[in-house]
Amino acid sequence: MKPFTYQRATSAPDAAAVAARTPGARFIAGGTNLLDLMKLEIEAPAHLIDLQDLRLDRIQRTDDGGLRIGATVTNSALAADPTVRRDYGVLARAIVAGASGQLRNKATTAGNLLQRTRCPYFYDTNMPCNKRLPGSGCAAIGGFSRQLGIIGTSDACIATYPGDMGQALRVLDAVVETVNALGDVRSIPIADFHRLWGDTPHIETNLQAGELITAVTLPKPIGGTHIYRKVRDRASYAFALVSVAAVIQPDGTGRLSVGGIAPKPWRVAAADDALPGGARAAAALLLAGSRPTEDNKFKVTLVERTLAGVLADAQAGKGS
Amino acid sequence: MEFNAPAGATLFDTAKIVGKSTPRIDGPRKVSGTAPYAYERHDVAPNQAYGYIVGSAIAKGRILSMDASAARAAPGVLAVVTAPETPPLGRGKQNIAPLFGGSEIAHYHQAIACVVAETFEQARAAAAMIQTRYARADGQFDLAKAAPGAPLDKGEDGKPDRKMLGDFNGAFAAAAVKIDARYTTSDESHAMMEPHASIANWDGDRLTLWTSNQMVAWARASMGAILGIDPQKIRIDSPYVGGGFGGKLFIRSDAVLAALAAKATGRAVKVTLQRPLIANNATHRPATIQRIRIGAGRDGRITALAHENWSGNIGGKEGENATLQTPKLYAGANRLTANHIATLDLPEGNAMRAPGEAPGHLALEVAMDELAEKLGLDPVELRIRNEPDTVPGEPAKRFSDRNLVRCLREGAEHFGWSARNARAGQTSGGQWLIGMGMAAGYRTSPTQTSAARVHLDASGRILVETDMTDIGTGSYTIIAQTAAETMGVSLDRVSVTLGDSRHPVSAGSGGQWGAASATAGVYAACVNLRRAIGTKLGFDSDAATFSSGKIRIGNRSLSLRDAGPLSADGEISFGKFKRDYDVGSYVAHFCEVGVDRYTGEIRVRRMLAVCDAGRILNPLSARSQVIGAMVMGVGAALMEELAVDKRFGFFVNHDLAGYEVPVHADIPEQECIFLDTTDPVVSPLQAKGVGELGICGAGAAIANAIYNATGIRVRDYPLTLDKYLDRLPVIA
Repeated sequence: MKPFTYQRATSAPDAAAVAARTPGARFIAGGTNLLDLMKLEIEAPAHLIDLQDLRLDRIQRTDDGGLRIGATVTNSALAADPTVRRDYGVLARAIVAGASGQLRNKATTAGNLLQRTRCPYFYDTNMPCNKRLPGSGCAAIGGFSRQLGIIGTSDACIATYPGDMGQALRVLDAVVETVNALGDVRSIPIADFHRLWGDTPHIETNLQAGELITAVTLPKPIGGTHIYRKVRDRASYAFALVSVAAVIQPDGTGRLSVGGIAPKPWRVAAADDALPGGARAAAALLLAGSRPTEDNKFKVTLVERTLAGVLADAQAGKGS
Repeated sequence: MEFNAPAGATLFDTAKIVGKSTPRIDGPRKVSGTAPYAYERHDVAPNQAYGYIVGSAIAKGRILSMDASAARAAPGVLAVVTAPETPPLGRGKQNIAPLFGGSEIAHYHQAIACVVAETFEQARAAAAMIQTRYARADGQFDLAKAAPGAPLDKGEDGKPDRKMLGDFNGAFAAAAVKIDARYTTSDESHAMMEPHASIANWDGDRLTLWTSNQMVAWARASMGAILGIDPQKIRIDSPYVGGGFGGKLFIRSDAVLAALAAKATGRAVKVTLQRPLIANNATHRPATIQRIRIGAGRDGRITALAHENWSGNIGGKEGENATLQTPKLYAGANRLTANHIATLDLPEGNAMRAPGEAPGHLALEVAMDELAEKLGLDPVELRIRNEPDTVPGEPAKRFSDRNLVRCLREGAEHFGWSARNARAGQTSGGQWLIGMGMAAGYRTSPTQTSAARVHLDASGRILVETDMTDIGTGSYTIIAQTAAETMGVSLDRVSVTLGDSRHPVSAGSGGQWGAASATAGVYAACVNLRRAIGTKLGFDSDAATFSSGKIRIGNRSLSLRDAGPLSADGEISFGKFKRDYDVGSYVAHFCEVGVDRYTGEIRVRRMLAVCDAGRILNPLSARSQVIGAMVMGVGAALMEELAVDKRFGFFVNHDLAGYEVPVHADIPEQECIFLDTTDPVVSPLQAKGVGELGICGAGAAIANAIYNATGIRVRDYPLTLDKYLDRLPVIA
């Protein structure tokens, strides 16, 4: 870990302003991902701006009947919130499917959206990695890629966005609220928040330099049966091979976002539209144009089968 | 004391303490954080500095240059010990790969430097500043490619390891029912909770090493050989070990670099293997390829049995001999075992819990399941029909005490095996396909010479000293139980000091020999102490009864207190009579699994092991050993795999996020039943180890249950869902 300076921000615009003018500055909230990466010098910020005093840790009703979740609301607090559990069950379910209790007590809403890939080659600093060291190449392509992406990837990077919470936010049409150094606020639909890797896999979101997430808002509840189904190699404390976040309505229509396969929570409008026709049709549309490796082509089958299980659960009333 | 004939009647036949479930005497210290593990021994030497190891970025080749100047100038840095500046060191007898020194690179993450600084963080930061240039050489990292040309390993007699009995080829060709199947098992990491860790301190030419090691005497000899100094000038202290599983049988680079760094700085230096280094820097269980052929009559009696094994290792040495149990488990007149070893340039493969037998059962016990189905015979019954009278692979030998059939029958009864549907893929409940499976297991039960010293103080308390280790197994407690029983005092009157090379040399913890050997050594020392007491107080100790702190001889009654202070050394060694016997431990595993019909996820629903391991010294800690081994069996069967990158030549998933071991949510109800047997051939206490027995067959029972649930046979471990997803029933 490289030496760094540290300050506690006093307001969100101030934090953004400091970040914009300080080379190598990073925000820190729970630090559950950033600190690990700093120890390996995959992240080497010169300056840390701690957000814990900003009081961004509240969950409030919005005027239009939705919910505004402060950026530093912890995963544990969010998953336990009665309104979330009642009206946005897919979100509570997705959160508790991730990490461990201890990590969820520290990890925050905004930090979770910004967590970086778990590709093992990204983590091994001896290996080429375009995400860690742009232009160095991708060791994962042609390597051990069982966990990695099958769609939305590129010739430069086949890593995935590893999160669970983001899948739920994607089906709920969440909006990310930010503030920048000038105090300007903007709202970024979750669909536009993460980027596909393309030739620049080191740029993972559409946040501008210094731009700070202040909240995530949810539109008013959409009803339906909320399900989060995470398939992994062990029963707990592992990243998804494939995960499905779904909200299914009594008439069979619904929405789905799939994790473990792409650089971002993977939702395709045509696949949503095809849900009443069953898992096979929806999965085919969701994965149109996928480019799996020999190691991870099983994910194509797994997406379809997991979705079938989700739809069966929805039909049986399992979910919330 | 030489144990030179089967045990007759002993005081343990009427034991009040040995054989009773006894909470660990070291438990309160462990749960209160006051048991000092190696890295936390802040009090043993002042002014400790921190070492941080740098691992090689290439798997094979040489270092062209290393620039450590920035690291040496970094804040807090005291020294940088580099491999190119250090002549290649000696090698411990048990080490295969080089641990440090010189510019040659033999495997990925081989230690190439150690930065020593005032704080861990300074050492780590400076380590990242070292610039190393390499010349990469080609290596062989692919076992499947290397296996066809791999030579036979050397057997125990030094001859090529291929054993034949009768006419296997003829009998197999003529057999009415045949199985011929190929199985693979993966490279596995010990993944113990406590990383390898050492603190070294020099006093002139004398070295003290506080470390985490299973075998104190081996550690001392190895450090002597590696550093080129007299082992007598080295003290090893390893009182608490946070898991080993074979990974800490040997001196590793943490100990070597702590010693070199302490020398370079004139300070005490502590070094741990950082978790991401462990998989590639330390040892692992090598992958195997196994071919098993079984021929049987329609009555299920095996007529031909062949088990061939291929594994690979650095230097083409040792590897993983998965055939070890096969000459022991099942009858059959015509037999073949062969063990091949390829040369690979991966990190060093070496012992891990039940080396050989653990992956061997994953193949043999599935082959038996396949045979049972082909015969239309219950798998339990098939095994009972092939129960041998003498050791099948060595017909001149007898079994010392073998009760496998009891394990099988009592296990089947207890588990409710009769409810199993013999037709695979027929049972379901909601989203789950449900199946039952079983497997038998055999693990050899060796004993080793083991010594101890016992002190009696003036208050009648007993102190036991031996270099035996407790790697989480319960050694402290069974040693205290043995001393309490033999000296006739209550358990709270006994203290035990372990892991210090200043104490008499024990068997150490490895190969499932620790419990049997170390308790026998303590018994020998206690017998000598009783004799010394008899001499001092003037009675024949062999005719006396030691009980409740009193000594009774005829009508005389003396207090133990009257004899102290007094000390005695004792050592158990084991005579040649054992060569006429095969001394083994036996288990029958049963399990039930559910397989998700949609996703193929496997959930183990319940597990049972029925064990035959002679007298169980402490049923409470023995159970912990067995259920822990069953957990490791779940890992081997379902998820554990060091993934090899065959281009770069390393284990890719080299941390505990990538190398997945079972978590609590993976482990269901586990039951363990011990038969009430005694084995007079093993030791005076007639007790055998269980720590490695529990893993033998545990994973195969799971594999067989998965087959019973799904009708899908997967022969490549771990049985991850990607290997059978496309064969699961079509979903609507």
